[in-house]
Amino acid sequence: MAEQPTSIDITSLVKRHGATLAVDHVSLTVQRGEFFSLLGPSGAGKSSVLRMIAGFEAPDEGTIRIEGRSMEGVPPNRRPVNLVFQSYALFPHLTVAENVSFGPRMQGVPQGEIASRVRASLDMVKLSSKEERLPSQLSGGEQQRVALARALVNRPAVLLLDEPLSALDQQLRQEMQVELKSIQERAGCTFVCVTHHQEEALTMSDRVAVMQQGRVLQIGCPQDVYESPNSIFVARFIGVSNELRGIVRRIEGKRAVLQAQDFPGEVQILLPDGTTLHEGNVATILLRPERLRLSTSAQSLSGEQSLAGSVEKVLYSGSDRRYLVRCGERLVWNVRVPNDESGRNGLQRGDAVHVRWQISDAVVLSE
Amino acid sequence: MKISVSVGRAPSWWLLGPGLVWMGLLFVVPLCLMFVISFAGRGTYGGIVWSFSLTNYLDLLHPLYARILGQSILLAAGTTLLCLTMGFPLAYYIARAAPRRQGIWLLLVMIPFWTNFLVRTYAWMFILRTEGLLNTVLLKLGVISSPSELLYSNTAVMIGLVYGYLPFMVLPLYVALERVDRTLVEAAWDLYATRWTVFRRIILPLAKPGVAAGCLLVFIPSLGAFLTPDLLGGARSMMIGNLIQHEFLVARDWPLGAAISCLLMLCVVGMMRWSLRAAKPLVPPESES
Repeated sequence: MAEQPTSIDITSLVKRHGATLAVDHVSLTVQRGEFFSLLGPSGAGKSSVLRMIAGFEAPDEGTIRIEGRSMEGVPPNRRPVNLVFQSYALFPHLTVAENVSFGPRMQGVPQGEIASRVRASLDMVKLSSKEERLPSQLSGGEQQRVALARALVNRPAVLLLDEPLSALDQQLRQEMQVELKSIQERAGCTFVCVTHHQEEALTMSDRVAVMQQGRVLQIGCPQDVYESPNSIFVARFIGVSNELRGIVRRIEGKRAVLQAQDFPGEVQILLPDGTTLHEGNVATILLRPERLRLSTSAQSLSGEQSLAGSVEKVLYSGSDRRYLVRCGERLVWNVRVPNDESGRNGLQRGDAVHVRWQISDAVVLSE
Repeated sequence: MKISVSVGRAPSWWLLGPGLVWMGLLFVVPLCLMFVISFAGRGTYGGIVWSFSLTNYLDLLHPLYARILGQSILLAAGTTLLCLTMGFPLAYYIARAAPRRQGIWLLLVMIPFWTNFLVRTYAWMFILRTEGLLNTVLLKLGVISSPSELLYSNTAVMIGLVYGYLPFMVLPLYVALERVDRTLVEAAWDLYATRWTVFRRIILPLAKPGVAAGCLLVFIPSLGAFLTPDLLGGARSMMIGNLIQHEFLVARDWPLGAAISCLLMLCVVGMMRWSLRAAKPLVPPESES
């Protein structure tokens, strides 16, 4: 049997902080060479998981195996992982080169090899010219790179990153997202990244685990968690989502009708494979803003569903326009229209419109 | 980019006024007087004869004075070292305690100051006496068979000095250690350092300004101490502070006393220079760019 190259294997990990479960039976595996992200709001337990992998906290239950080896009772300084801290935690009294060489020196790597390794890893983060600087003489982005180099120089089996880009400004953040990904590919090591920033997670990761209140809700590639969220929480946390709650009526094969709860109106839905939905059940459909189309005419294309409403707000953001369309008393949908119709002002506030979508674009969730 | 904050104009020079006048009249002037007197001569009945000579300083070359100065430096250095060894773990523990606990611990460190220093030193006399508390307890426990003479020795002086000045070591150390980011400790640990290496390579260098300040605050007053050696050291253990006191008040040789004071000050200034260099901020000021 060909075994999958597993880097990290976590089985029903539990961490209690007092009476609350900070980490609630988390199980996941990370493949070798994978960029894996733990995504969730603050307090979701993702940092706890990371600190337990690093060895700073001991799990109350469950096991962590790294490269097949159980990590029970193994202190951080004897684990084949390195952590890039959110605050970078660079040693302020040591130069860049001394910071980077700290790990190899502690491991007893021969002097000559240390020098070449330090050079190579500073090259990798494009900081070779600043070897003799102190951390305080570097910009935030440069400090971040030193932190990366200091961890990567040890050639860890797994690199752990705790909110790696949160201290950077927007512009730098987007550059570093691309850069982190390419560094990971060059270094060829497993990255496990904790972030609360959904765009960051989607851009960089091979797979994402969405966490909430200590539990993993969904694990999948970025496309999966964005396009087919398995819960309303995941849908809401990753990107903006429009929801319509209703009662399932008239099931005919794969098709059914969803009768809206809050206002008189119904739309057609496609039942997902293996659904347990029956007539009379409550279901919710989710639609991404960019999958919606606005038109002023009542005419619809084949297979399109629609809701009538009126434009309540127009938000212009350069590359696109966002319309808030009121479709019911308690239902305001978010529609994103790419700004490709040059010279046109688009719709105005108060315009009567039809919000349209392809039936296959709606994600159907049962309660 | 550096953001410079300036509220209105530069502060007015007269803010210096009160402090400057006070220090000038009560510190700089007496200091100059003392310096001048140290070159004067002693009159037959203890007065000052205004003549210039280096006699007082040449007298200090006498082995007796050198011995007292050497002994004082040794006692002060020993006191500093003991305070550092005891104070560092204590300060580290307090700095790493929960913030609310830190306040309580610091309060406990400072509680001895609530009682007069003289009273506390007398208390040590009762403890260290031949038939004192310590000897009695040790005898009862069978640790010693005959009472040892602890009082009126260098050991007693050192005990008294360490007791008196330990808080002055703990407080600056606490301030320095409290500022050491604990994620740095985790980072070093993550980078394969053992606990001892973390201490030696990360915590200690970062706490260096605190160590220097603490040593200074203990060494200087210890070197010049006269109350503790007077009460606990008796006639057998004379420190330079007692010598100065003796010259001024008993021998009524003000010029010699002044010369010894100047010598002591020279030692202190030397020590301060060394410690300021050690306490120099590790991180150079950001370049203007």
